[in-house]
Amino acid sequence: MSTFIELLLNGVSMGSVYALIALGFVVIFKATEVVNFAHASLLLAGGYVTAVLHEDIGFWPALIVGIVGAGLVGAAIEFLVMRRYRGKDHSVLAIATIGVDILLVTDLTRRIGTDVLAVGDPWGDSLLEIGPVTIAHTRIAAFLAAGLLITAFLLAFRYTSWGVAMRAAAENAETAALMGIRLGRVSLGAWAVAGGLAAVAALFLTVFPTPGLERATSLAALKAFPAAILGGLDSTTGALVGGLIVGVTESLATGYQSDLTFLGRGLGELAPYLVMVAILLVRPAGLFGTKELARV
Amino acid sequence: MSDLLTKPAADAPAARTRKLPGPRIYVWIAGAVLLLVLPFYLERFWLQAGLFAMAAAIGAIGLNLLTGATGQLSMGHAFFLAVGAYGYCAFAGDGDDGLTGLGLPTGIAMVLAVGLAGIAGGVFSPIAGRLRGAYLGIATLALIFIGQHVLFNAHDLTGGFNGRDVPPLNLFGLTFDDSELMVAAVPFGASEKLWYLGLVLLAAGGLFARGVLRGRPGRAMNAIRDHQIAAGVMGVPVARYRAAVFVLSSMYAGLAGVLLAMVFQRTVPEYFGMVLSLEYLAMIVIGGLGSVSGAVVGAVFVSLLPQILTRYSDSLPLVSDVGTGGVSPGEAAKYLYGAALVAVVLFLPGGLVRLAARRTQATPGEPSGSEGNDR
Repeated sequence: MSTFIELLLNGVSMGSVYALIALGFVVIFKATEVVNFAHASLLLAGGYVTAVLHEDIGFWPALIVGIVGAGLVGAAIEFLVMRRYRGKDHSVLAIATIGVDILLVTDLTRRIGTDVLAVGDPWGDSLLEIGPVTIAHTRIAAFLAAGLLITAFLLAFRYTSWGVAMRAAAENAETAALMGIRLGRVSLGAWAVAGGLAAVAALFLTVFPTPGLERATSLAALKAFPAAILGGLDSTTGALVGGLIVGVTESLATGYQSDLTFLGRGLGELAPYLVMVAILLVRPAGLFGTKELARV
Repeated sequence: MSDLLTKPAADAPAARTRKLPGPRIYVWIAGAVLLLVLPFYLERFWLQAGLFAMAAAIGAIGLNLLTGATGQLSMGHAFFLAVGAYGYCAFAGDGDDGLTGLGLPTGIAMVLAVGLAGIAGGVFSPIAGRLRGAYLGIATLALIFIGQHVLFNAHDLTGGFNGRDVPPLNLFGLTFDDSELMVAAVPFGASEKLWYLGLVLLAAGGLFARGVLRGRPGRAMNAIRDHQIAAGVMGVPVARYRAAVFVLSSMYAGLAGVLLAMVFQRTVPEYFGMVLSLEYLAMIVIGGLGSVSGAVVGAVFVSLLPQILTRYSDSLPLVSDVGTGGVSPGEAAKYLYGAALVAVVLFLPGGLVRLAARRTQATPGEPSGSEGNDR
């Protein structure tokens, strides 16, 4: 039983990290209708900056620089690539983000090489024991930080003028533009926020129990895709629920792997995708996504 | 062979513009002759590179039918390549290496493997038929993960991490392996023989896809891409077409997988990962969405680039050997095609083939070379 609770808590904690990534993904999709396959590179960029700088300037400043850096990378992608596209087909633009991703990930993995970079977080490998249940401090920190950021984001999304502009642009871009909302700025903001969220996620993907930042870290962004999709691409609630589902599924599938050997090793990697396919079969627009309706 | 390659190419523009075939026919004949004599002169390295390009071209044609012409984003193409490659091994293998093998004649195994890839595509169509756009793209991403999981774990079928050997193809008494065969004083090994097989398959696949795209199905597919509801209103059976294109595209991928397996002579699961799928998407976007020539041009570009850079890494600035700290050829190739992908989307909508078409159109009196599928 305590194993189950441990797995569940770890799953929720990882899930909240995936939710951070998925949230950025959803924000970009809402603001620009582009599926951002370059999210892995934003994640890696944020993590890399933090990992490289933390020895010189300390962990917290490095983290802030990492967040700002990833936000700038996101904004740069928007400014240099997305804004220059003149066509209308958003799936072609999605393929362009694949090109951006290939460029950035190749560059960053070349810099990282085969090293495993520590991020120098203050939590180390200390554990918290509550009765029979043991949980790492990093997992608690991840959950709290993600919860805080997500709450702050949702509040901003609801109450600030930036949030209103964003929602208006998502609702109907043309009308929003006519009402004086600067769409370019909205999408620039969306990319920057997504980059910052990805950088925070990168931190918690590289702390204990994972050894540190390595080239494979960017693959974690791939788990945010099913999270965003199964929740519904245009729903912030969906991103949160999706993230939690993916985190818990992965944690349980990995934890009970030994009981499921007939399904083969490495089930944890696969389980989120299986859940996603199952959910999409029943609800093609995800759990909270807007159902596609068309007036003819 | 040259007949097969050139004839329809000459006929089609003539029929459309009601003019005598222009100089294009000579270009086609020259190209065909060149491709046919290359094995007599090229060394093995370049023949292998060319074979990779041919296999990639077949796969890219399939993906272009699906993503370019019908607008269904697929990131799971590598999965169907794997089905083709491993399917061939399983059907043709004789079970000597302790892995499942039915020991069928290799020609039949090849056809069955392509069919199997088609069935795999058909099995996925309940999901593919319900989803659109990004949802479909990411759902097909699941195929990659499922595929990788099965490839690594179904040890009896796939050989697990180490992969399995590919039995050489044997058609009409001719075995496509390294048993030497002298043709005009040139020793013909596996690469030389497979080169001709690849050419035949590519030509056949290309012509078939061209026929599909130019005929009634192609119009219907483009209509679905441009406006699914309007297509349905005009009487296109949208669901049936989408499923059919998915199956057809998977079969192309299966064929590409079989050819790749024969060239490699060993299949390993790692190869059929997400990177491969992304490469195929890069191919069709760089070459040009929605046309056969676009797929072929893109496939040649993306698959030859790393080979060329590897070969000439000594003489190129900024590129150095693996492990020396500089930019390795593989990385340089990734930089280049990542940048090419972005540049093509931004500055050259329609891909590299549209560049050629634009030049043809600029010359007065020339029949237009474009494929007639404006986006």
